Amino acid sequence: MNDDRMLDIQLTLNGKRISVRVDEGERLLDLLRYGLGLTGTKEGCGEGECGACTVLLDGLPVNSCLIPAWQARDREIETVEAVPETELSSLHESGATQCGACTPGVVMTAWWVRRNRDVTESHTLRQLMAGNLCRCTGYDGIIEGLEAWLAETSGDREEVS
Amino acid sequence: MKRVEGLSKLTGRELYVDDLSVDGCLWGATVRSPFPRGRIRSIRFGDSVDWSEFTVVDHRDIPGSNSVFLIEEDQPVLAADRVRHLHEPVLLLAHPDRESLRRAVAAIDIEVDSEPPVLDFRISPRPDQIQYGNDNVLKHLRIEKGEVERALATAPHMIEGVYETGAQEHVYLETQGMVAWEEDGVITVTGSMQCPYYIVDAFKHALDRPEDRIRIIQSATGGGFGGKEEFPSGIALHAALLALKAGRPVKLIYERSEDMAVSTKRHPSRVRHRTGVDADGRLLAQDIEVVLDGGAYVTLSPVVLSRSIIHAAGPYACENVRIDGRAMLTNSPPFGAFRGFGAPQGLFACERHMDRIAARLGIDPVELRRINLIREGDSTATGQVIRDGADRVGIMERALELSGFDERRAEHSVFNATDQTRRRGIGLATFFHGAGFTGSGEVFLDSEVHVAGLPDGRIEVRTANVEMGQGALTVFTQLAVDRLGVAPESVVIAPADTSIVPNSGPTVASRTAMVVGGLVERACDDLRETVGLGADADGVALTAAIRAWHAAHPGEELLGRARYRQPEHIEWDDESYRGDAYGAFAWGAYVADVEVDLRTFAVTVRDFVAVQEIGRVLNETLARGQIQGGVVQALGWALLEECKWRDGALENAQLTNYIIPTTRDVPPIRVEFLEAPYPHGAGGAKGIGELPFDGVAPAVANALAAAGAGDPRVVPLTPERVMDLIMSSSPRDEDSP
Repeated sequence: MNDDRMLDIQLTLNGKRISVRVDEGERLLDLLRYGLGLTGTKEGCGEGECGACTVLLDGLPVNSCLIPAWQARDREIETVEAVPETELSSLHESGATQCGACTPGVVMTAWWVRRNRDVTESHTLRQLMAGNLCRCTGYDGIIEGLEAWLAETSGDREEVS
Repeated sequence: MKRVEGLSKLTGRELYVDDLSVDGCLWGATVRSPFPRGRIRSIRFGDSVDWSEFTVVDHRDIPGSNSVFLIEEDQPVLAADRVRHLHEPVLLLAHPDRESLRRAVAAIDIEVDSEPPVLDFRISPRPDQIQYGNDNVLKHLRIEKGEVERALATAPHMIEGVYETGAQEHVYLETQGMVAWEEDGVITVTGSMQCPYYIVDAFKHALDRPEDRIRIIQSATGGGFGGKEEFPSGIALHAALLALKAGRPVKLIYERSEDMAVSTKRHPSRVRHRTGVDADGRLLAQDIEVVLDGGAYVTLSPVVLSRSIIHAAGPYACENVRIDGRAMLTNSPPFGAFRGFGAPQGLFACERHMDRIAARLGIDPVELRRINLIREGDSTATGQVIRDGADRVGIMERALELSGFDERRAEHSVFNATDQTRRRGIGLATFFHGAGFTGSGEVFLDSEVHVAGLPDGRIEVRTANVEMGQGALTVFTQLAVDRLGVAPESVVIAPADTSIVPNSGPTVASRTAMVVGGLVERACDDLRETVGLGADADGVALTAAIRAWHAAHPGEELLGRARYRQPEHIEWDDESYRGDAYGAFAWGAYVADVEVDLRTFAVTVRDFVAVQEIGRVLNETLARGQIQGGVVQALGWALLEECKWRDGALENAQLTNYIIPTTRDVPPIRVEFLEAPYPHGAGGAKGIGELPFDGVAPAVANALAAAGAGDPRVVPLTPERVMDLIMSSSPRDEDSP
């Protein structure tokens, strides 16, 4: 690699401050998957249509295939690896995941809705989840799982049954 | 039981092929034909690239036969002197850096002396376009029952119609990919696939090596829908050829645009019906012609055609039926397996035609179906007598009741008379889907399943049938738990690794739960007998007996085995195409309620009701998910997913302009199951995976017709097509779809 294309940046990833060297043309998605080994985030289309690569950037869902890695400089990134397993029972029970390829992106958007419930006052769940393509479930399992997740009060579930 | 790998997927821990970290791995890439048909004149390697850095593979590097082994051996692994479709693989490259690979692919110039391609399967080929046999017909099949011509000649009414359906891309969310390496003389491939043993067969053939030097391992597979049935064999061979030549592991992962441009799609179809009907609406004769676009090579088109014609006459009792089917060669990338496997094309035409017959006769389309639906003791087009305890009319009545069909119809007529800009309609389709391989197919597959008793007392289920989202792991676990009385934690499912699991056949044809699940049950029984226990023994006794067996037989393997046995009631003749085409049919009745906007011509599906009989439901959540997902995928085919072709290849090979349904494009799918247990299926189950695809497009098209959107006979019903239907006032020609 050409050194003058490389940038040293710092960011907060899943709550930890890290320093990384990135190529100026590198996508955040590739930094996460290949550079940092966080393979939970998936590539579905590479052009911001499918949402499989959704991560939270300063708390907002974004397509990490459309974000240059250097734009994460001094910002906060959360990936599916940061979502506690204990939070995921409702989605598990409702059949929100089938093949699993869209699932990490679905979970990240849903996690954002869960932590920002006020968005459900202005938007329906189907509007909020429209950026995540799923080819398996027909979406009912996802929407019902998210409804149930939102109905839980935090700490409802101490362990996963 | 909840999905056993569900939390692994929800947390992102599940490892798909591109998630695997392989030491010393190179990236692979495919260099493809720039023309749909011709003779390769030269291949030029541009001098902007240092080719010594690259591993380059062409057809001369193939140790065995240069063909992807399937029904016929006409499809090359890598084109040698001729190409038959755009994007046909010609060369393979490997390099440590992906960006360098992209530049290298672009620096290769494949010169082709172009020959006239066939780009429309509906038009008879000219002599200079013949590339298969003397007529480009890849397969011709015929079903005959009774005397069609005589019955048509005397029928009080004859109704004709031509119907067409477009190609469809699977859009599994995980693209195709494989990683290959050689270790101790064994070529090993892991990747996204439905059929590990198809790849073993392809390797024996093209790599000319015995099965014990081939190991195929399925990695977590992010959706298949048929798209990972036969197509991955070629990618696996490509990765393996590169790895063998480079002497290093090679990862070959398709990006979305490459995947969409080059992979298989649902077969486009054109179906013509001529139907004789009496004054009361009873079907007297069905004369049906099915033509499918097979693409450039034979691949699976003969069997897709077979399923298409067997389903083309619909779930109706008619004494005189003739179905003539042809799959045609064109110079498009081969069309392939896709959920429904030809049946949705046949049933779209049939069910739309039923509504047109009703309109012509002035009969309620519901009543027309009530008259003609198969009753117990009636027979299908192949002469298969149906006596399965399912109530086909009852299934339809339940769908009508659940959807409020009559009330909605009345409301819509008021709405349509008063609303200025919108029209509403409700439509019905009744249909069926045969589960498992057609005819004697399951006998030829000769599937085998093992259930091992492990030294620690746990049970390991070993099949080659993969989890691809449909819930195979959960259903197999559940079946073993139910059969043996052990705790779910003590059942493990072996990885689909051909060095561990026997060949239980491909993960296709809605056969996994019904057929392979039945083998799991029998292999469980065999295991219990092997350790000397009777059927009344509980799980505790079994665990103890397994441990005791291992103590007495140290180092040995404890296996329960089961091999497919055809149920005695099945009789099929491949020559005459008569008899029991399937062990069991699942039945459905779907209702779509739609609204069309007269300004934008966009169609909104307001409500969708799916009632079906699938034998016993093994797992309610998984079964509902299969139906809802299948319905939404079929709504895409019906309304949104238009493959735009240019020179025989997909022009809109990206999700920006190949539109699949989002949460906002579909309503909640209301699902109900009726149950008539099938004695030969696991736990009484019939196949389920493909059924939901069959009834959706015709229900939607019938609803649009009811809404006053003309006489739709083509899917997808995109706004452009709906506009044409509504704006065109000229009378219809029966021959033009």
